[in-house]
Amino acid sequence: MLRDKEKKLIRELWERLIPVAEDIGSDALLRMLVTFPGTKTYFSHLDIRPRSAHLRSHGKKIVLAIAEGAKDISQLTVTLAPLQILHAYQLRITPSNFKLFSHCMLVALACFLGEDFTPVTHAAMDKYLSAFAAVLAEKYR
Amino acid sequence: MVEWSDQERSIINSIFASLDYEDIGPKALSRCLIVYPWTQRYFGGFGNLYNAEAIKTNPMIAAHGIKVLHGLDRAVKNMDNIKATYAELSVMHSEKLHIDPDNFKLLADCLTIVIAAKMGTAFTADIQAAFQKFLSVVVNALGRQYH
Repeated sequence: MLRDKEKKLIRELWERLIPVAEDIGSDALLRMLVTFPGTKTYFSHLDIRPRSAHLRSHGKKIVLAIAEGAKDISQLTVTLAPLQILHAYQLRITPSNFKLFSHCMLVALACFLGEDFTPVTHAAMDKYLSAFAAVLAEKYR
Repeated sequence: MVEWSDQERSIINSIFASLDYEDIGPKALSRCLIVYPWTQRYFGGFGNLYNAEAIKTNPMIAAHGIKVLHGLDRAVKNMDNIKATYAELSVMHSEKLHIDPDNFKLLADCLTIVIAAKMGTAFTADIQAAFQKFLSVVVNALGRQYH
C-alpha cells in the first residue's frame, strides 16, 4: 500500500517529468523492446526504430497517462477507467508485459535521475507502477 | 548452450572491468533490502535493518554486497559455461542458505538499476539488454540445483 509520503513523492516526481515525457517514455519503450523482444509483437503497426516519431509519440502518451494517475493515486480506478476498457477489449496486452515495461521505466528513471533515484524513491515508484498495472488489467476478466 | 555475440561479450567485460565493487555491491544489496523488504528475512544476523538509512549505512550489509558482486566474476570469466560454474553455489543457496530462487531476479533487477543510475545515458538499451541477458543466465544457473 502506498503511504501518504510516498503518494506525495510520486505526485511531485511525475509532475517534474511531464516536460520530458517524450524522452523518458520513448527511452523506456525502446529499452523494453530491445531487452524483451517478445514485446515487439504488439507493435507491428508502428515504426519502433530508435528515435522514430512513433516511438516518441507513443512513449509520451504512456508517460502522460502515468503522470495523470499520479496526481491523485487514490482515484486511480476512476482516472484509468477509459484505459482499462481500451486494454481489456481492444489492445488485450498480456498482463505480464506490464511488469516488463514497469521495470524498463524504472531503468529509464535511474538513467535520467542518477543518484536522485534513491532506494526510497525506487520503492515508491515500483509500488505505484505495480498498482497502475493492476488497475489497468482489472477489466480483463 | 547460451550464444553470446562478440558485442555482448565486449559489453559484459567492459562493464565489469570498470566496476567499482566497493561502491556498487553495497548499493545493489541495500537497494534490494529496501525495495523488497521481505528479502530481509535472510539477514537476521546482520544487525540494524530497521529503516532505509540503517540499511544503507550497515557495514555488514555493505561487506556482503561486495562479496555477492564479486561472485559474478566467475560467470564473466566463464561466459560459455555459467551453468556448470555455478552448480556448487546453486546447491549451497538451496541447501544451506535456503534462499527462494525468485529472489535472485530481484537482486539482479536492483543491480541493473544501480548500474543504470551510475552510467546514466551511457547505459543504452543495447547495453541494458546484454547485461540483463547475462544476469538472467546467472540467475537461472543459481536456481538450477534446487530440488
